Amino acid sequence: MRLEIHNISKSFGQLKANDHISFTFEGGRIYAILGENGAGKSTLMKILSGYQSATSGQIIIDGKPAQINSPHHAIAHGIGMLYQDPLDFAPLTVLENYIEGKPFNFFMRRREAEADLLARCKILGFSLNPNAMVESLTVGERQQLEIVRLLSLGVRILILDEPTTGISAEQKSQLFQTLKNLAREQNMIVILVSHKLADVEELCEEVLVLRRGRLVGHRLLPCETDILVEMMFGKRISTTTPQPLYTDKPILKIHKLSVPARLFTIQNLDLEVREGEVIGLAGLDGSGQVEFMRTVAGLGRPTWADQLTAIIALAGMWWVFGKILDESSAVLNLARIAILILVLGPMLKTLYSYIRQRANNDQDAQIMLNGKSIGWRGYRDLLERGIAYLAAGRLEEGLVAGLTLVDHSALADRSSLPHVNWLQAWRRTKQAITDFSIKGQPFSQIQTLSGGNQQRVSLSLLPTNLRLILLENPTRGLDVESAGHIWSLLLNRRKQGTAIIFSSPDLDEIIDYSDRILVFSSGQTTLVENPEQMTTARLGELIGGKS
Amino acid sequence: MDPVLTSTLADIVRNAAPLLIASQGELITERAGVVNLSLDGTILLAAMAAFAVTYNTGSLGMGIVVAMLIGMLVALIVISASVFLKLNQIAVGFVLTLLCADLSTFFGRKYSGQQGTEIPYAPIPILEDIPVIGEVFFQHNILIYFSLLLVIFIWLWTYHTRLGLSLRGLGEHPAAAYVRGTRVQAWRFVYVAAGGALVGLAGATYSLSVKLGWREGSTLGNGWIALAIVIFGGWRPFRIAFGAYFIVGLRALALYFQQEDVLNLPIQIINMTPWVLMLVTLIFVTSGLAESLLVLVPPRWRPAAQNLLRAKPPAALGSNFERS
Repeated sequence: MRLEIHNISKSFGQLKANDHISFTFEGGRIYAILGENGAGKSTLMKILSGYQSATSGQIIIDGKPAQINSPHHAIAHGIGMLYQDPLDFAPLTVLENYIEGKPFNFFMRRREAEADLLARCKILGFSLNPNAMVESLTVGERQQLEIVRLLSLGVRILILDEPTTGISAEQKSQLFQTLKNLAREQNMIVILVSHKLADVEELCEEVLVLRRGRLVGHRLLPCETDILVEMMFGKRISTTTPQPLYTDKPILKIHKLSVPARLFTIQNLDLEVREGEVIGLAGLDGSGQVEFMRTVAGLGRPTWADQLTAIIALAGMWWVFGKILDESSAVLNLARIAILILVLGPMLKTLYSYIRQRANNDQDAQIMLNGKSIGWRGYRDLLERGIAYLAAGRLEEGLVAGLTLVDHSALADRSSLPHVNWLQAWRRTKQAITDFSIKGQPFSQIQTLSGGNQQRVSLSLLPTNLRLILLENPTRGLDVESAGHIWSLLLNRRKQGTAIIFSSPDLDEIIDYSDRILVFSSGQTTLVENPEQMTTARLGELIGGKS
Repeated sequence: MDPVLTSTLADIVRNAAPLLIASQGELITERAGVVNLSLDGTILLAAMAAFAVTYNTGSLGMGIVVAMLIGMLVALIVISASVFLKLNQIAVGFVLTLLCADLSTFFGRKYSGQQGTEIPYAPIPILEDIPVIGEVFFQHNILIYFSLLLVIFIWLWTYHTRLGLSLRGLGEHPAAAYVRGTRVQAWRFVYVAAGGALVGLAGATYSLSVKLGWREGSTLGNGWIALAIVIFGGWRPFRIAFGAYFIVGLRALALYFQQEDVLNLPIQIINMTPWVLMLVTLIFVTSGLAESLLVLVPPRWRPAAQNLLRAKPPAALGSNFERS
């Protein structure tokens, strides 16, 4: 197995995403492609996998020039790619996903395909339920399905784009083991695209570094991390451990809180957050870190507004039906009963879950902000009181695609005036662009910015006088430099006494930045007081439930 | 069984046929990820065209073919505008609805109220003699039988063939379909054209059988009903069929109540019932209330029941696919 690329170039208008890249990949080895965001890694991989075609250049597989015009062609040539956002069909079953894309038959041949799938899973050590819906799978399982599927199509060159984003440590080590076996035993070429140096050092044997579309370096691993970083960014980046800035003054007290999460229900969580403190939440995806933060932020739990809306809706419909219908009619009573069930049902459900939650918690479970219970307050109310939350899905939950930076600034404005002060919004945006060094113009649409710049905009939109910021995976998809910048912005906030709670799948990030770590494991939480003495291995054990 | 009831059921099967055909056509269109909102106008125009062509040539076959071609043409305008001009499918569909309705009035003036030909009654031998079922299902004309077979065919196609699997993928995640070797745009054109042809056929079914003849705006509103049925049916062939029969059944019931005057309610209220019930069902299914009632279902059947209650539109519905 041998894959040669000769002078691959790709331009988008003026921008040269790939500039005469040449390299030879040998079978049985695992390669890493490193580079900061926008260095051209993804473009090169999309060219190899046929999703995009190169402007010029040649791809040669085992000495024969290969014409790759579509992903389908690429697979026929033995090149398969695992995309960062899984390209699968969420509402279809695992088996249906496996069948789609196989050589054509008129009928589905489910039984045949199921046996095939199970046999291949067994060899690789994966356990996938063929009849489960793909949307119910974790990201790691969806990757496993893609890998099995690609291998069944005869793929000999496997490209993985950021495969460790969003999967658990356990799934990661299983994935890496599988990849090593594939390379070693089946002489396959494995190419990992990543910006996580730790992953690259753990898995790969050779590393290629891209910068601004050019291949700027090739090293055999192991290799000094600093050298790789310097090649990636063209300069040295010093990471300093932040100095703790917390005081003894508690700002948030959580007492015996229970939070239902996707995998487990967290029981009896006690936590005291101090002024200026950084708390990292570690745990498997879906163990309740996000649910916990959303609960504290006033999202995802019944608020007074919800109950009030339901009551008003009920009263309104009751009145309307009373007007329309004759009192003696049987239909009237049926309709009223239907409304009762429909409106009161969900309402009683939330009320019941609230009461059950209270009952489980000895009546006094509560979240106290500055000594006052936050009760049934909603997000907006809590934002006024100094709690903010940033979700990991920046464009899904935090920002509005299609709106400009100035629009966002205007939207975040809390003034009670009925009109929009565009001049002020524009000034604030200009200020934010300099203060947060955002690469973008006041009137650029938010989705045209890179992930790191989007996150900077999100941070710039938060009110200045916050008591607590909750962040779900604040550096998702960011390279080392952008992540460092985001963290320095966040850590600066501590000077006013703002506390930070964040979750991250990256254990190194949690250990580096946290003053304390809260570990979520099977519904239990453990507080780690001194993370400086913590290693990723030990933290992984805690997450896995070993104490 | 009561002969009145049997004949009512037979009427329901007959009257629901065009709705059934149109909504199955829209089903495959939407499953491919395209919204053809022009149904109401297309059905009107196709109904008019089918009647006019049959009236002038005397050939029922010609009338049906022309109606299907018109449906196909309108649908192809929707997808072409989306693919080549990057126009919004909803906007184009809506404009075409209005345009087609007006075109049908304009071209249909001289055919209004004329005596036309009907698709011949063709009971199926042997099957028609089965008590009740024979009369309900097997004493109709060929278009009505087609509507019944169509549901089964579309169900088999989408759930039991590889092309049907691709179709489902097309509307869910076109990029994923593309990396699996499906020609996204080409297949979208195929399914949209086929769906449009079925919508045209629904028009022909009205003017040549169910609502014999042509009058201005004679089928007005039925296209919207077909669109609503697709949503009500959760984009599934059999649930859509159930929806079509349910709506037509309620209308028959409304007519009966009106004639007999048993309920002492204004007729408008009875006419509204199907829509209110549809809304209630949608709230029931999408609010999660139905899911919480799943506890009552034995665990073994729970996934199946859950699947039955799902009412999610194809994720890529109305979007345009571009390689980036």
